Amino acid sequence: MLILECPYCGVKGEETEFHAGGEAHLKRFGPGSSDADFETYLFMRENPKGVHLERWRHANGCGKWFHAARCTMTLEVFGTYSAQTYEPPQEIKDILTAKRPGWSWRNFK
Amino acid sequence: MSDVRSALAGASFEGIARVAEAGLRGMISFRGDLSASKVKSALKAVSGVEMPGQRGCVVNGARGLAWMSPDEALVMVPHAEAEDAVSQLNKALKGQHFMAENVSDARAVFTVSGRHAREVIAKLAPVDMAGFGPGEIRRTRIAQVAAAFWMDEADALTVVCFRSGAEYMFGTLKMAAQPGSEVGVY
Repeated sequence: MLILECPYCGVKGEETEFHAGGEAHLKRFGPGSSDADFETYLFMRENPKGVHLERWRHANGCGKWFHAARCTMTLEVFGTYSAQTYEPPQEIKDILTAKRPGWSWRNFK
Repeated sequence: MSDVRSALAGASFEGIARVAEAGLRGMISFRGDLSASKVKSALKAVSGVEMPGQRGCVVNGARGLAWMSPDEALVMVPHAEAEDAVSQLNKALKGQHFMAENVSDARAVFTVSGRHAREVIAKLAPVDMAGFGPGEIRRTRIAQVAAAFWMDEADALTVVCFRSGAEYMFGTLKMAAQPGSEVGVY
């Protein structure tokens, strides 16, 4: 069971109050993009053992989308952060570096 | 105007806590920039109370304001005044980016009171009720439906849910409050 803290309403809740929204920081390739880019955007996902960045929604709460950094192996939640960002903020990166030295996820490390 | 009725016509149940449907309540869902001074004063003008901070809830009789999310507030007024309150907000905030909608008849309100009221809620919602007190609102779920609740005083809580789930909510609260089901945590 994951314990997530919603960065918008400050509520620390367990998983059933939230809804998982898939991988974080995807760049959309829509009409006019190349077939290869579109295919990558649509189908190619990370499946890491360890650090993972995801989108979550506080479905039974304030209803806001946010990002979470967690470990897929231990289910430890490293932190949550705002949805209005293209990459994890420095404090989340610092926590990841402290707890999982040498971590990398897509092009972040 | 048609004869307005609340969802369960004031049904009540006596167990380890008293569960009662609280009848009609005027509710306006407001969305906008809650930090803007124009918005703050308009909300105060219709509700009579100051806009509370994060997860805050101020209720004074039938009137009140609750913080629902960083850009959403719940305005409570007497049921008959809800339409007027919406037009008052629309007038006061003309030209601003906001939304005020009368949702009174889409909601059902319950009160859970008595020494074990806190325990009844704790059985149903994923909330640490030990740290929950008056002045705070919590949007969460109760069993399988979305709900929000706040504490009026130590032994009395108000639960709000969608009217379509009123029957389910009443049944669920009744079951959690059935006689002899005290856990004795609080």
